[in-house]
Amino acid sequence: MALFILRRLGAAAIVLFLGSVLVFLGVRALPGDPARVLGGEDATPSAIAAIRHDYGFDRPLPVQYAQWAGKAVTGDFGRSTQDKLPVGHILTERLPVTIELSLLAMLVAVAVGVTAGIVAATRRGRLADYVATGFGLVGLSVPHFWLGILGILLFSAKLHWLPASGYLPFTGDPVGNLERMLMPALVLGTGFAAVLMRQTRSAMLESLSADYVRTARSKGLPERSVVGVHALRNSLTTVVTVLGLQLGALISGAVVTEQIFVIPGFGKLTVDAVATRNYPVIQAVVLVTVAGYIGVNLLVDIAYALLNPRVRLTGVANG
Amino acid sequence: MVGLVLVAGFLVLAIVGPLLTADPAAQDYTAPLAPPSGAHLLGTDDLGRDALARVAYGARVSLEAGVLSVLLAMVVGVPIGLVAGYYRRLLDPVVMRLVDVVLAFPFLIFAVGMAAILGPSLRNVIIALSVSLLPGIVRVTRGEVLVLRELDYVAAAVADGAGDGRIMFRYVLPGATSTLIVQATVGIPTAIIGEATLSFLGLGVQPPTPSWGVVLTAAQQFLDQAPWLAIWPGVMIALSTLGFNLLGDGLRDVLDPRSSR
Repeated sequence: MALFILRRLGAAAIVLFLGSVLVFLGVRALPGDPARVLGGEDATPSAIAAIRHDYGFDRPLPVQYAQWAGKAVTGDFGRSTQDKLPVGHILTERLPVTIELSLLAMLVAVAVGVTAGIVAATRRGRLADYVATGFGLVGLSVPHFWLGILGILLFSAKLHWLPASGYLPFTGDPVGNLERMLMPALVLGTGFAAVLMRQTRSAMLESLSADYVRTARSKGLPERSVVGVHALRNSLTTVVTVLGLQLGALISGAVVTEQIFVIPGFGKLTVDAVATRNYPVIQAVVLVTVAGYIGVNLLVDIAYALLNPRVRLTGVANG
Repeated sequence: MVGLVLVAGFLVLAIVGPLLTADPAAQDYTAPLAPPSGAHLLGTDDLGRDALARVAYGARVSLEAGVLSVLLAMVVGVPIGLVAGYYRRLLDPVVMRLVDVVLAFPFLIFAVGMAAILGPSLRNVIIALSVSLLPGIVRVTRGEVLVLRELDYVAAAVADGAGDGRIMFRYVLPGATSTLIVQATVGIPTAIIGEATLSFLGLGVQPPTPSWGVVLTAAQQFLDQAPWLAIWPGVMIALSTLGFNLLGDGLRDVLDPRSSR
């Protein structure tokens, strides 16, 4: 197991290193002076000189990279070209918002998706199965942003049940916060719920036809505990894997969802930064997202290997 | 079957639709934000442009983005996967690490980063989407090649003295065709949603070109006065994506029975 974790850690470190090189080179691929790019259009000559000095643009690229990466590791991503605030500071302000949104969306997805998957599998071929499968397919095909617009149209413009947009910090006003987060979380969670539903359904179908479930049934266990304990437990590894695999989609979805509901999180920060060519912020958000994504995938890999010993054996043999 | 019908409908709309409808750029100043009527079947937008024409023209933009980005990703990705799988000692580890790097970027974050570097336009959206689709295609091709190259008829070709290039393209690649067709079909809806999303965020196709994403961005500002504007572009995105997804599932069952459950 230690060997497996070490190997995974090594692979993740290599990928993170190469990814950061890509982010680093991205800004340098832009036409023009990188100091001017990072300083923004209205930067004063002295500010540009300071950036040039900080990043050492006159030195060879590998040295520049080392300097940039060294700063990034300590959370120093330079200053935003828009409000001149330290980018690290902006990130710590925005990140919790997106994390809250993502966790709520996951909650929705697990609650709806796993339940619907179990119901569909246990009532295979009946009406409930067709309804759940149908919704699963539609959920996969409907883009987040349209769902968000429809939600605003129905729940805000027509019914006036929920605010259309905005954000209140949870610590200041928990009810107002959840009121504003409910619709975004539902919108972001839907696509996820669809994927989870499909995967849970097929995993449950597989375990329901397995020998140990037949044994449990023939022992005379009530159907409730056959499904709930025996079959479901083995299907949960699938759920963990899917959650890990869907993390990228969750991040992408958060970007769009925050834009629609005007939530000041990481995703909105990203889009605004691209629109205003705020390159220090773009570099930072992409780098932090990638690092987080690699980190969580690593954890999922390890969790999965702990749950299922076959994975770590084949992982070591092939990797 | 349903998928085929939806995809066919989408193709007809994209190809024939713009010919039958009004000019999507023509502005009718007398009727901004008009509700659906005989003159404008789906109403008009804030500049008095015909919503139906814009939806029909948007299908063309979506089709272009969907098909071209997948095509570009295939043209680049299939040879890379082929070579990586074939020279698996020499090239495979390098190529697979590079694929991992691109996969370490969430799809939209990568596309957004590309849009930031390249600037927003339909051409750049297609480039960004195809680079995002690339890892998947390289992986699938390579996976197929790893299996196919061990087959007896390939060994026979080797014994017959065929060169590496000939073996790869004449003997190995045709065996992977059906899997690649499925992969391409599944890539198109991803690209369609990707284009609509990027354009919706203002990072893709720019107004006044009527992409479905662009139309929805504008529609969001007028939800109170003209809710009908937000309905059809979304329905079209959902239906075309659903169509390609179903078609992909169907093709997989027909062409690649091993992988179906």
